[in-house]
Amino acid sequence: MQSAFAGKLRVVVAKPGLDGHDRGAKIIARALRDAGMEVIYTGLHQTPEQIVETVIQEDADAIGLSILSGAHMTLVPRIVELLEEQGVDDVIVTVGGTIPSHDIPELKRLGVAAVFTPGAVLRDIIDFLVQSTGERTPV
Amino acid sequence: MSSTVNPHAPGAMPTTHEDWLAVYGLSPERDGPFTTLSGEMVKPLYTEADLPDQAAIGLPGMYPFTRGVYPSMYRGRLWTVRQFAGFGTAEETNERFRYLLDHGQQGLSTAFDMPSLMGHDSDHALSLGEVGREGVAVDTIDDMQTLFAGIDVGTVSVSMTINAPAAIMLAFYVVAAERQGIAPEHLSGTIQADILKEYIAQKEWCFPIDPAMRLLGDMVQWCSTDMPRWHPVSISGYHIREAGSTAAQELAFTLKDGLTYVEQAIERGLDVDDFAPRLSFFFNAQIDFFEEIAKYRAARRIWARELRDTYGSRNPKSWLMRFHTQTAGVSLTAQQPLNNITRTAIEALAGVLGGTQSLHTNSYDEALALPTEEAVRIALRTQQVIAHETGVTNTIDPLGGSYFVESLTDRLEELAYDYFRRIDDLGGMVEAVKQNFPQGEIADASYALQAEIDAGERVVVGVNRFHSDDDAEIQTLRIDPAIERKQLDRLQGVRDRRDSTAVEATLTDLCAGAARAGTNLMPALLQCARAHASEGEIIAALQDVWGVYLETPVY
Repeated sequence: MQSAFAGKLRVVVAKPGLDGHDRGAKIIARALRDAGMEVIYTGLHQTPEQIVETVIQEDADAIGLSILSGAHMTLVPRIVELLEEQGVDDVIVTVGGTIPSHDIPELKRLGVAAVFTPGAVLRDIIDFLVQSTGERTPV
Repeated sequence: MSSTVNPHAPGAMPTTHEDWLAVYGLSPERDGPFTTLSGEMVKPLYTEADLPDQAAIGLPGMYPFTRGVYPSMYRGRLWTVRQFAGFGTAEETNERFRYLLDHGQQGLSTAFDMPSLMGHDSDHALSLGEVGREGVAVDTIDDMQTLFAGIDVGTVSVSMTINAPAAIMLAFYVVAAERQGIAPEHLSGTIQADILKEYIAQKEWCFPIDPAMRLLGDMVQWCSTDMPRWHPVSISGYHIREAGSTAAQELAFTLKDGLTYVEQAIERGLDVDDFAPRLSFFFNAQIDFFEEIAKYRAARRIWARELRDTYGSRNPKSWLMRFHTQTAGVSLTAQQPLNNITRTAIEALAGVLGGTQSLHTNSYDEALALPTEEAVRIALRTQQVIAHETGVTNTIDPLGGSYFVESLTDRLEELAYDYFRRIDDLGGMVEAVKQNFPQGEIADASYALQAEIDAGERVVVGVNRFHSDDDAEIQTLRIDPAIERKQLDRLQGVRDRRDSTAVEATLTDLCAGAARAGTNLMPALLQCARAHASEGEIIAALQDVWGVYLETPVY
C-alpha cells in the first residue's frame, strides 16, 4: 500500500542558509529514498530562489527544509512567498531542525504543513509525507 | 567429592575465569545490544588478561602519555574552563565575555556568526537572517577591536573558532592587538583553522581544497616565527563526531588531519619541532562514558608514537596531544530539556577522566535555541561541581589500569590504524577527502545510529522511551532582529570612513601574492586589515584567483 504511494512521491530536501549542519538532511534524504521516494537533495548553502527553482524544475510533491542556524523565521517566509509568486500551491512544505516551539505556530500560519524538531522519528516523517501527499497523488 | 569447584555448593566461591564463565552462563542476561554508542561489542567482564603491556599504559607526563600529557595533571592545575560564546554584534559579545571573565572563566572562546564563518560580509545576499545569530558578526578590524575592548589580550588567552577564513580573522586579531599596543609575540590562544574537517564534516568552506591548504600553511609558517605563543591550528574531531561519526572515526580522521598538517609544514621546510608543540586538538565528549575516555587515551598514544617515530620529532613537547573538549551537542534532546544537564555532566566527567586541558559544557536549552544566560551559568557550574566537589581531581588518571578502559583504549587505537591504512591506500587524507571517503563513512555511521534509535534498540530518554506529556516549556533566548540592522550600519560606517584607494591597493597586492606560489600571504592580509578591507572583500578577492568549492554530497 504505502510503497505504491511512496514510489510516486518526489521530495526536495533542501538546506537553505549558510550553516553546514547537513547530518539531519542527509539522513532524511536517505530514509525517504529507502522508503521508495524520489529524493532530490540540493546540497548546502542554497538561496530561497535556488530552492524554489529546484522545486519547480523537479515537479516536487513535497519539500523538506532543514535549518539549524536560527534563520528559519527569515528563510521560511521568503521561500513560501516565492512559491506563491511562482503560482506553486500544491507542494507540501515541511521544516526540520532546531526550531523553538514559540516559532512553530507562526510557521504553520505561513502554510508549513509540519515542523520536525530534534528527536523526530524517521518513520513519522515518512508516514506524514505519504499521508499528506498520498491523498492528492493519483495512484 | 568432585575435584572441580561446584559453583552452587554452599560456601564455594568461583576462583578462576572459567569458573566465573560457567556461573555467568547460567545467569539470565538482559536483551542487548551490549555495544558502545559506536557499535563496538562489549564483553560482560574484563580481567587482567585484557590488559596491554605495562609499557603501553606508562606514567603521566611520560611516553606514550596514555595516562596524561603532564606529570601532575589536575594535581598541579585544573583544566581551563572555556565556554564558547558569541552572538549579536561585537558589543553584545564583548559584554558576554566580560560576564564570563567575572564569573571565573579563565580563557575566552569566540563563536562567529555564519556569514563570518563563510567569508561573507553582513550585507551579502546570503547573510540575510543569519547576522549575529549563531555567533558574533565580525566584518572588519573595527568589529574585532570592539569585541576585545577593555579586555587585556596580552594576558587572557583567546580561542577563535573559525576555519576557512582563519588567516583573515587572525590578521584582524593581530591588528586589533597592535592597536592595544600588544605585539603578536605576546598573544596567546588558538585559532581553529582546521580546514580538512570542513570538507569532511562542518562544511564551511571558501576555496577549493588545495589553495585552502596553502593558506593554512602560510598562516602556520608565519605563526611559527612571529606569533610563537599562538596555537595556529586546533585539529578538530568535534564536528566530525557531531556529523554522525563513530568514536573510532572521530579519532582516526582527526589524527590523520593533524598528521597531514605536520607533513605539509615539513614539506615547506619547517623543522617538526618548530611548530608541533603549538598544535592542539579538540574532541567531542559523547554520552558513552568509557568509550570517550578510551578515545582520548588512545589519541595521546597514537600522536606521541607518530610524531616521535614517523616524523622524527626529538622534542618531547611535540609528542603531547593536548586537547580541548566540548560535550556533545547532538546528544541534547528537545524533549524534557532539563535532562540535558545530566547528559552534559556525564560527558564533561568523561572529558575530565580522559585528561582534557580545557572544557566547554553545553547548555541544556541548545537543542531548542541559543542558550540563555541562566542555562550558560548552569553549564559553567557543572564544571565547577566536577572540579571542586566530586574528588575526581585528587589523583591522576584514576581509571588507568582499569581492565575495561585499557582494553577499549587498545581497541580504538587498532581501529584508528585500520583507517590510517585505508586513507593511505587512497593517497593520503587530502585525496581521501576529494574522493569523499571520510564523508561517506560518516554518513553511513550516522544513518545506522539513527536507524537503531528509531527501532528503539538504542534508548534515548524522553525521545524513544520514558516520554512525559507535561513537558514544561522553557524560556529560550530570542535574538533581537534589530541586531542585523545595527551590524549593517556598523559596516556601512566603516565603508564610508575608510580610504577606499588604500583598500583597493592592499587587495591588489594580496591577489598578486595569491597568484604566485611561494609567497606567504600573511603580511598582505595584515595590510588589508589595517586598511579596513572587510572580510567579505578579502575572501572575494582571493576567490577571483582561486575559485570556489563545489561539493558532491554523499548520503
